[in-house]
Amino acid sequence: MKHLISVLVENKFGTLNRVAAMFSARGFNLESISIGETEDPEISRMTIVTRGEDRIISQVLKQLNRLVDTIKVTDLTHQPHVERELLLLSLKLSKSTQHEIFELANVFKGKVVDIKQKSITIEFVGSPDKINTAIDLFKPFGIRELARSGAVAIHRGES
Amino acid sequence: MHNNGEKLIGSEIFFECLRRENVEYIFGYPGGALLKVYETLHDVEDIKHILVRHEQGATHMAEGYARATGRPGVVLVTSGPGATNTVTGITNAYMDSTPLVVFTGQVPSSLIGNDAFQEADIVGITRPITKHNFLVKDVKELATTISKAFYLATNGRPGPVLVDMPKDVLNAECVFEWPESVEIRGFKPTIKCHANQVQKAAKMIAKAKRPLFYIGGGVISAEASEELRKLAIDQQIPVTMTLQGLGAFPGDHPLSMGMLGMHGTYWANQAVSNCDLLIAVGARFDDRVTGKVDTFATQAYKIHNDIDPTNVDKNIKVDLPVVGDSKDFLASLIEAMPKTKEDRSSWLSEIEAWRKQCPLDYAVEQDSLKTEFVIDEVSKQTRGHAVVVTDVGQHQMWTSQYYKFTEPRSIITSGGLGTMGFGLPSAIGAAFGVTDRPVVLFSGDGGLMMNIQELVTAVYNKLPVKIFLINNSYLGMVRQWQELFHQEKYSFTDLAASNPDFVKVAEAFGCKAMSASNPESARNAITEALAYNDGPVLVDFRVVRKDMVFPMVPAGGSISDMLLARLNPKTMV
Repeated sequence: MKHLISVLVENKFGTLNRVAAMFSARGFNLESISIGETEDPEISRMTIVTRGEDRIISQVLKQLNRLVDTIKVTDLTHQPHVERELLLLSLKLSKSTQHEIFELANVFKGKVVDIKQKSITIEFVGSPDKINTAIDLFKPFGIRELARSGAVAIHRGES
Repeated sequence: MHNNGEKLIGSEIFFECLRRENVEYIFGYPGGALLKVYETLHDVEDIKHILVRHEQGATHMAEGYARATGRPGVVLVTSGPGATNTVTGITNAYMDSTPLVVFTGQVPSSLIGNDAFQEADIVGITRPITKHNFLVKDVKELATTISKAFYLATNGRPGPVLVDMPKDVLNAECVFEWPESVEIRGFKPTIKCHANQVQKAAKMIAKAKRPLFYIGGGVISAEASEELRKLAIDQQIPVTMTLQGLGAFPGDHPLSMGMLGMHGTYWANQAVSNCDLLIAVGARFDDRVTGKVDTFATQAYKIHNDIDPTNVDKNIKVDLPVVGDSKDFLASLIEAMPKTKEDRSSWLSEIEAWRKQCPLDYAVEQDSLKTEFVIDEVSKQTRGHAVVVTDVGQHQMWTSQYYKFTEPRSIITSGGLGTMGFGLPSAIGAAFGVTDRPVVLFSGDGGLMMNIQELVTAVYNKLPVKIFLINNSYLGMVRQWQELFHQEKYSFTDLAASNPDFVKVAEAFGCKAMSASNPESARNAITEALAYNDGPVLVDFRVVRKDMVFPMVPAGGSISDMLLARLNPKTMV
């Protein structure tokens, strides 16, 4: 099954390579990986989406922990969390489709970030599932290009 | 000796750090990126630099030294080809968990990434084969980086660490500060075993009717042999060991069952298949040990102690994991064992019956020489007290079967990676580290040729290494598989037409050499070689060419189904 893993790492040259190379060397599935600095400039947070049986996931978590540059590894999958992904979707635009595109973009709370005579770029934020649905529904209008950030995730606060 | 607060250049800081780490020997080879280091080295007297003849040799020597002494081995090589030549040795150390610190020179920082002369991205290349590695970007970070490198190499599960040092960093000046302690927030190995887990293990052991210790190299690196011996004898638990674990428990003790796995003893593998409790300590359920995992120790409740949590449940699902240092585990178990003891005599006599059913033996013929005889004879003449180094292949497996290892740090062999060419240089490294026991190398003719240039290092340093060449002029283990499983297509394994005269080769290097081709001459040559201590000696044992190692578990087979002899290869027990 799909697992969402959050990893705090040293914000150092080569850390992303160490993590990605470990996944490929051990044959683990790596669906997406995203990384960015945290409030402490010496530490980055990585969000990793992977798939596998429990036995594999347990190895993934242990192998991540084993890397010297990882500080904390958390499997968020079964914990309360918020997960978001960013999608930039560039579509073909014509008079006949314009109206429908705007309407659908509204449904997904999309934000137009660029518009030209024959193209439009819309920004969407949501769970990866919602992003997948958006892509499916916009496909018939003609996708020029798209870019996804990969998931980022964080624990929900204590109530 | 320099003090904290002194202004030093990078190359001076480098040697001052090695001094603080109590480094005795550096195995190295100079080159362009290291010119400043070798300039400084010229006036260093308290750290001995051993000049090798190939950088691969340096890494294996450092490994031999580390395995024989328990202290980290240190390598110093230049950038580019110097660095890439260490890759096999580093991988070997990584697979066998040997502490190494490898220092590589690098092109000046300003040229990194420019495809400069003798540039290689050695940090990138060695990321998957080191425990960790560093590129030092600023001379101010050199001392802390070196102290971290030694700390990482020797703490937790040992392993190789690489430090890449650009030329300009080694020339730059800064105030020397040796860090008092090392703090790495992402590296906190579990040393102390969880008390509840130890209690559970003690209970399981106390009530087990057919328990078995499965001991790996972790017991040796944790220096836990005494605890193992006490516990096994006190509780009457038989002990089987992996290739790297040999010597952790005395091979001449009745509870010792020798090695398990592919070329393990018949009785050890039967015991694994029939035990009701398997206590794995510092071992990692390697495929050469388990054979087919679905049929491995199916009747047993499994306890697994290892310092590296990734080893737990990796190949075999265990019932009771105990993460922590093996010495702590065994010592805590001794404390936790109840006073009442289970009677294990019927289990031990069952094992004895298996031992009698398929013993390890061989026939001695007067006019031909068998490898088993050579190893058996060396074992007898050294009374099991030598530091035995092997290369990889048939002779290595025969060594595991016929040399009676009586103490830890006695076998130095390439287990995980199976590196041909490992033997000679690692025997040299061991001989630098150990001077009160003979250092004996068993090597095949194929493997010896792979790093034969290091004979120079042995001769020049007058190291009394006994090079026992098991010469069948075949790549014997590959030949064995070709005969058994590949329709007797002996593709490129017969070296008879191309091998040199090894006695002449050794003599050309300035090494004493002789040959033997029957049991009597072999016995005499062994006696003479063991008595000769003015330098290395090579004995070219012309052994029976087409012998095979038995018993054997065919790859992917169950360890309870061993091939016992060639005459009837279809017969499985």
